[in-house]
Amino acid sequence: MTDALSRLLETRDWLMADGATGTNLFNMGLASGEAPELWNTDAPDKIRALYRGAVEAGSDIFLTNSFGGNASRLKLHDAQGRVAELNRVAAELGRDIADAAGRPVVVAGSVGPTGEIMQPMGPLSYASAVEIFHEQAEALKSGGADVLWVETISAPDEFKAAAEACKLAEMPWCGTMSFDTAGRTMMGVTSADLVELVEKLPAKPIAFGANCGVGASDLLRTVLGFAAAGTERPIIAKGNAGIPKYVDGHIHYDGTPELMADYAVLARDCGATIIGGCCGTTPEHLRAMRAALETRPRGPRPSLDEIASRLGGFSSASDGTGDSETPARTRRRRRG
Amino acid sequence: MAEDDDDLILSDLPDEELVPQMHDDLYDGLKDEVVEGVEILLERGWTPYRVLTEALVAGMTIVGNDFRDGILFVPEVLLAANAMKAGMGILKPLLVETGAPKLGKMVIGTVKGDIHDIGKNLVSMMMEGAGFEVVDLGINTDVDEYLGALEKERPDILGMSALLTTTMPYMKVVIDTLTEKGLRDDYIVLVGGAPLNEEFGRAIGADAYCRDAAVAVETAKAFVARKHNQAAAG
Repeated sequence: MTDALSRLLETRDWLMADGATGTNLFNMGLASGEAPELWNTDAPDKIRALYRGAVEAGSDIFLTNSFGGNASRLKLHDAQGRVAELNRVAAELGRDIADAAGRPVVVAGSVGPTGEIMQPMGPLSYASAVEIFHEQAEALKSGGADVLWVETISAPDEFKAAAEACKLAEMPWCGTMSFDTAGRTMMGVTSADLVELVEKLPAKPIAFGANCGVGASDLLRTVLGFAAAGTERPIIAKGNAGIPKYVDGHIHYDGTPELMADYAVLARDCGATIIGGCCGTTPEHLRAMRAALETRPRGPRPSLDEIASRLGGFSSASDGTGDSETPARTRRRRRG
Repeated sequence: MAEDDDDLILSDLPDEELVPQMHDDLYDGLKDEVVEGVEILLERGWTPYRVLTEALVAGMTIVGNDFRDGILFVPEVLLAANAMKAGMGILKPLLVETGAPKLGKMVIGTVKGDIHDIGKNLVSMMMEGAGFEVVDLGINTDVDEYLGALEKERPDILGMSALLTTTMPYMKVVIDTLTEKGLRDDYIVLVGGAPLNEEFGRAIGADAYCRDAAVAVETAKAFVARKHNQAAAG
């Protein structure tokens, strides 16, 4: 039995994912601090418009409006009792749009981080994390999601817990981490570490990769890191459209559609198979990306210098992989 | 680590070896050892303020620098901060009793809609470690909670944190409200969080954007010093 994403991957050598959810909903009037997931039931037309925007711009895959739809996050809005409903509806709305597209479009059930720190550093146990993710996974499944899409994770244990939840829900899945701290995740995971982590999982993802993070350049450096680690698994690149700026009372990401088109083609040259955007990526950006992916030829794997000259510089000199590994601190003495 | 079998007896170390050892133990997040070191120094007649600055703050500065330089990451820093907190637990009441100098006071919170408090907690702990008094409002802080705390605590600094693109604009809501009420200039406003940057901080009217907890401490110190100088001159 195969899933819709695996079937698409068999027929195509690149797929385009969608762009932003949160920042696009802002443009539709979402107030800062409010839970986007509540719009699944309160403003379903806007969520349909969000999904349709991605599909009409050429996305083969789009993510449901359920990033913060786990009990731990919904608790802030006193909606922790509505996990099943909000996620099911997020996927149902997606199903409607995908089925009406007239071509195969994958509904990917977005699963974001819990926002809690895992033990021993923080309070969240592995078992609780699995339970939180599992509840959301079952709801997205019941709403008709084709695959689950775990994203913006920074801690290895949280990634593992989400993987286990997908397995419990018997759902195919994809997983990406956010590499936003000197080329690593906030918790210190490098691109090479993620490749290793993915291959050790009992239920391996269909595809894995990086989303969000800093800018397009950093994201491609991470993709090059995945490829250098020798993975055979499809790589996902979902980078932000530049960096956020505050213009005329709202957040604007400074990456132009032209820049994101360059980014998309370079991402494919770096070895990514599933290419999309994250924060700040609008349908306009997606259209430019789709056109570029369809019309421009593949090129050789770009060097870091080429990426920097096309898309801008990196946020840090090193990303913690290869020869650039940071030296360990010299110690006076070690404890037994 | 098995390469060193002889047990280290902290109380056998002279001060000049004990303090660097405490820096190492802080770096490694060894809570019990840090607490023991604090107790030994106090027994030896060190003032609580000297223990704070020379053992704990100096140790956390090393941690902070390596965090800034991408050598340490959040897990290690959290463990180090927890160890420091344990040491602070002993020192705090003593510091109050002995009237040790304070650098300043900060009210801090993660903005409305945002659950993420890792960065904010790091800033809190590092600020305390640097000698600031910190009032932590927790997560999901709305503008009324910020204003209430500012009125009650009269801090030098207001700190706001956000990890999400969907919540970072809320900082502007808070700053705009302060401006409307004519309170903006009463406080140093520092903002931080993964999606932010310097330009964003300036655009929303904050005094500074702080890239990480170590930078937050340096920035806070610089602004408070400037504020005190201005007060002295004015």
